[in-house]
Amino acid sequence: MHAEEKLTAETFPAAPEKATLEGKNKFLGFWLFLGGETVLFASLFATYLALRDKTAGGPPAHELFRMPLVFVATMLLLTSSLTSVYAIYHMKNFDFKKMQLWFAITVLLGAGFLGLEIFEFNEYVHEGHVFTKSAFASSFYTLVGTHGGHVAFGLLWILTLMIRNAKRGLNLYNAPKFYVASLYWHFIDVVWVFIFTVVYLMGMVG
Amino acid sequence: MANHTNTGNPNVDLAYRRKKNAEEMKHQVISFVLMIALTLVAFFAVGYDEFSHWFSVPFILLLAAVQVAFQLYYFMHMSHKGHEVPALFIYGGVLVAFLTIWAFMTVVWW
Repeated sequence: MHAEEKLTAETFPAAPEKATLEGKNKFLGFWLFLGGETVLFASLFATYLALRDKTAGGPPAHELFRMPLVFVATMLLLTSSLTSVYAIYHMKNFDFKKMQLWFAITVLLGAGFLGLEIFEFNEYVHEGHVFTKSAFASSFYTLVGTHGGHVAFGLLWILTLMIRNAKRGLNLYNAPKFYVASLYWHFIDVVWVFIFTVVYLMGMVG
Repeated sequence: MANHTNTGNPNVDLAYRRKKNAEEMKHQVISFVLMIALTLVAFFAVGYDEFSHWFSVPFILLLAAVQVAFQLYYFMHMSHKGHEVPALFIYGGVLVAFLTIWAFMTVVWW
């Protein structure tokens, strides 16, 4: 099957993301990239864990963190992970419109998460928790901010795919692209699970 | 055709595949509900003052590991066949992750 072939629901393969050689390569290459991302975030987590008690007179974690806000952000991101599963479900059923709709919902939820994070950082800065305040502050903003940057990049990526392929419809050229973007989005949620556990929840209990 | 059919009738195969996809989607929703439940338990465990942090910290880390396994094996389809090399990449990353965290937590002294 070649990538630009016009397909119908009947002829669309069961695993469209791996039906072409390019798709197979993308799939494998992207998982290798995610292995590298794991190492990147591990180094940031390690730095944070090593330095999190060094507040240099600034507010400590348990006085600073806004748990209700973190809880809402967590729910938004977790739900957006499910909505992107729905998008891929409709991709496999060759339903382009529904796939676009569920990716749009994913983007909205992700934008909500990002908005909350920006609001949160702004609040912290006004409480004297600025990047250069302490080793704790620097490692906190680097870790959580790198994750936030990934969210922002993921939003732009999914939006670009949606707009670029809006008139093209679904084929074996763009199916791997959508699939890989959804993997990225899930990975962002994987990292967030450890951030809310290690940074926020462990910050509350010491 | 490369749509992995057995019957040779594309309409029958489509109905079968749709049914299989719908079943898988049901499992995805179940894992989502479990993930929400794990998150709620983690937030409550930290909010509940009776637990000492010697209990709650390992407990919430375990909850996080379980939730991430759901994310990887269901949402990211690692439970499907053909994910041997992705598993190698991810677990390779996880190995280095543990080494890095262990090293930093023991070696950084200031």
